[in-house]
Amino acid sequence: MPVNPMTAKEVTKKVINKEAFFILDVRNEGDFKDWKIEGENFDYLNIPYFELLDGVEEILEQIPTDKEVLVVCAKEGSSVMVAEMLSEAGRTVTYLEGGMKSWSEYLEPIKVGDLTDGGELYQFVRIGKGCLSYMVVSNGEAAIIDSTRMTDVYLDFAKNIGASITHVFDTHLHADHISGGRKIAEATGATYWLPPKDATEVTFEYQALENGNDVQIGNTKINIHAIYSPGHTIGSTSFVIDEKYLLSGDILFIDSIGRPDLAGMAEDWVGDLRESLYKRYKELSAELVVLPAHFMIIEELNKDGSISKKLGTLFDENHGLNIEDEDEFRKLVTENLPPQPNAYQEIRETNMGKISPDNDKQREMEIGPNRCAVR
Amino acid sequence: MKSDKVLDAKGLACPMPIVKTKKAINELESGQILEILATDKGAKNDLTAWAKSGGHELMDSSEENGVYTFFIKKG
Repeated sequence: MPVNPMTAKEVTKKVINKEAFFILDVRNEGDFKDWKIEGENFDYLNIPYFELLDGVEEILEQIPTDKEVLVVCAKEGSSVMVAEMLSEAGRTVTYLEGGMKSWSEYLEPIKVGDLTDGGELYQFVRIGKGCLSYMVVSNGEAAIIDSTRMTDVYLDFAKNIGASITHVFDTHLHADHISGGRKIAEATGATYWLPPKDATEVTFEYQALENGNDVQIGNTKINIHAIYSPGHTIGSTSFVIDEKYLLSGDILFIDSIGRPDLAGMAEDWVGDLRESLYKRYKELSAELVVLPAHFMIIEELNKDGSISKKLGTLFDENHGLNIEDEDEFRKLVTENLPPQPNAYQEIRETNMGKISPDNDKQREMEIGPNRCAVR
Repeated sequence: MKSDKVLDAKGLACPMPIVKTKKAINELESGQILEILATDKGAKNDLTAWAKSGGHELMDSSEENGVYTFFIKKG
């Protein structure tokens, strides 16, 4: 019996709807422990495919018959083999099309709100890696913020809604994923904005994004107002869009805050991070809707799959915003930090234009979770 | 390193390098050495883990121009 594939988009739907689901992950144990498909009501079994070459009889008992079963591997091949074996043993299962490779690359666009005079704001949720990027649309023009390297997704999306991309921003020099900003700017003729303090080593032309810059999208009143908010990187910049949304980059997340160490400057930047979070952000309206550049855990997803919360709520609930003692804060963000993102130095160099790895290499560099936060 | 048998698994995608390795190992006597050539990047971690779980010994591995070479002694 042939087995059917399930796409990353279909799995994403199950994550958002909190469906019960069973994942048989046949990658090796280290890879599974490091990074897997997360869902609130997902159950897992991890048995490497090479332990199943003689048959699946031994694991049949552990595979439920009362919920859907998805077999997952790195690229697809091994999951097809195991799914076929399970199918021959009488089970109905599917496999993840493209494996974890396509899970890492899938983007789910979700509308997060309407803007003044008919504009819209979309969040692109990279569900497998926890990266969030944004598209602001107004009067046939679009701006993209913190784009991933899957640039076709944004180009196609803009085309489908009849918008042309005129501005591309990165809130900072990313260390966990390869930015698609430059590529999109080259393909569309859009202006590519980078904070100059993060761009001292870049090898290409960009427009300097600085505190107080206002950029109009479309010919309506939607403005993107830049706020210098160093700490994750020295150039990190946040945006207030339409006086309603705060794009906080990697400075403030929903359930965590940015880590200051990925450029090797943890001790130096702790003070900046504290000032950005405890002073600059405090001065902003508590009614602003915070839209970060990452999520860490699947529980952060709202009902519709988007990731956002009011700034006032975060000042009440986010542990990282509620540490009175400066020494304690310093300790939190400089000690016992989680492991650094995979290949983060090479990713930074790629984003500076210093190295140009091919697509396969870029994909490999990005494998795993983003790890840009401390909790 | 001298091997008793060479398996060319170049160009094969996962899971084939391991499927073929297992077959080739079955045809060897305990203590004999199988040399495997592969281009699949996942092969290294998977072959290492597979050899360990099967009681075989990964004696050496190297990479040159995108081709991985492994020497596995049958347990």
